[in-house]
Amino acid sequence: MIEISNVNKSFPTKDGTVVALDNVELDIGKGDFVSIVGPSGCGKSTLMMCVAGLAQPSAGRITIENQQVTGPVTDVGIVFQDALLLDWRNVLDNVLFQIEMRGLPKADYRDRALALLKRVGLASFENKYPWELSGGMRQRVALCRALVHDPPLLLMDEPFGALDTLTRDQMNIDLLNLCEGGNKTVLFITHSISEAIFLSDRVIVMSQRPGRVVEDIRISFDEERKLDIRSIPRFVEYEKRIYHTFRKLGVLSG
Amino acid sequence: MNGAARGAPEKRIVTRMADRLYPTATFIGAIVLWQLVVIVTGIHAIVLPAPTAVIESMTSAFGTLAHNALPTVLAIVVGFVGAVAVGVPLAILIAASPTFEKSFYPLLLGSQGVPKVAMAPILIVWFGFGFLPKILIAMLIAFFPIVIDTVAGLRSIDPNYIHLARSMGASRSKIYWRLLLPNALPHMFAGFKVAMALAIVGAIVGEMVGANNGLGYVLVVANGNLDMALVFATLVWLVVISLLLTGAIEVTERILLPWSRKSRNEGLARTIR
Ligand SMILES: Nc1ncnc2c1ncn2[C@@H]1O[C@H](COP(=O)(O)OP(=O)(O)OP(=O)(O)O)[C@@H](O)[C@H]1O
Ligand SMILES: [Mg+2]
Repeated sequence: MIEISNVNKSFPTKDGTVVALDNVELDIGKGDFVSIVGPSGCGKSTLMMCVAGLAQPSAGRITIENQQVTGPVTDVGIVFQDALLLDWRNVLDNVLFQIEMRGLPKADYRDRALALLKRVGLASFENKYPWELSGGMRQRVALCRALVHDPPLLLMDEPFGALDTLTRDQMNIDLLNLCEGGNKTVLFITHSISEAIFLSDRVIVMSQRPGRVVEDIRISFDEERKLDIRSIPRFVEYEKRIYHTFRKLGVLSG
Repeated sequence: MNGAARGAPEKRIVTRMADRLYPTATFIGAIVLWQLVVIVTGIHAIVLPAPTAVIESMTSAFGTLAHNALPTVLAIVVGFVGAVAVGVPLAILIAASPTFEKSFYPLLLGSQGVPKVAMAPILIVWFGFGFLPKILIAMLIAFFPIVIDTVAGLRSIDPNYIHLARSMGASRSKIYWRLLLPNALPHMFAGFKVAMALAIVGAIVGEMVGANNGLGYVLVVANGNLDMALVFATLVWLVVISLLLTGAIEVTERILLPWSRKSRNEGLARTIR
């Protein structure tokens, strides 16, 4: 579905050129849930912006469904670390912002928006305003907004990074539920190794800047993905492997 | 931010009433003191009229004051509305077009060095006595904070909002109308409040320099007649007008942008906790 070939991205700054991405190669199949982990500042967000067509690679090419990305990709739902809700709209209208901006008929999507809100535990919150919600609830609204038009592709940049562990665990389960069955392709950026393993079919490990793909790990479990899965030997093996890679890269010591 | 703020609601209402009580008491105290000073020192009414004399003048000159308040309020409101009508579109142009910004914004900022009140006599020469020059002065002086705050408001958005909107395939005009402008409104209202206060100054100066009606004109005439009681009575009217007009903006903001205050307070509360 997504082909990233030889992508380089550098930023000219006053102290010289910063190379954020260095020959990134990555193919993502349709329906895959792919997480990217890597040290802070290694270019994960930059890569996602390039995939979204909101930034242009300095070299190389990115194609989505065999179409080269040259401008903003619109067949997509995006979630950032901040919920980015609009203070002047209630929860339902925040979700329907997606529909409005696309010029689609709002009435047709109202039920779907309400159903999504219900699935993430926000039933009866549709008339609340962002300031009346907790951080986790806001992020759930952002998630519903990213899904309301049923996009084939989800791009998420540390969507749960600002949440406490408990809320984060719940959001992980909610996300798996929402993506289940629907053949959505997900590109998920995170700092949390266990979150990446828990959610993904593949975990991509990036090196520190200039960011390269250093490891590509297929994740599969015989067990159903529930939170206890995080303590089974196989899960722990995956974790060890990724930590080992970071140690080898010099990102972690000890 | 613990004990006191989290008190029972009744307690908070009592606290709020007490909060109003303090300035009221100070105000009344000052008036009484003023009266006493005038009685004790026997100061001449040409220098400082007693509060009772001011009240007396307010009743006897009520007709004159009311009659002249109308053109003043009209000049303020028209000047303010004119400043908004010119300032907001200009700010949008500045925020939307880098070329326009580069060509005009530095000049606009530089032009602030000109003391606009000092332009009043020139405007009188150009446009004659009457309604137009005082409106222009009010407009000229009120216009700047509107432009500055609107530009700041339009730029105060997290760029990821725009990224998000672009990924939704939104057109430029949609991004402007549904995202940038609503987001800028709280900033704009901050500018409107300052602008209204300045429009009042502008209109009065305009009337003092060259008009044949309005409270500013009454002020000049009363001063010339050494009628200090009337000067003070006029000032009271101006204070009330100014409170009403700035209050009107505050009320409009609360009605139009209930989210603005609440999300701001919430953000503040979060940083304090
Ligand atoms: N617009 C820009 N101009 C200059 N340098 C930039 C720009 N955007 C990103 N960079 C640099 O590129 C590098 C990669 O940034 P990026 O935001 O992609 O990192 P990241 O992996 O997402 O980090 P984090 O995990 O902390 O979010 C950083 O060193 C950053 O300083
Ligand atoms: Mg990032």
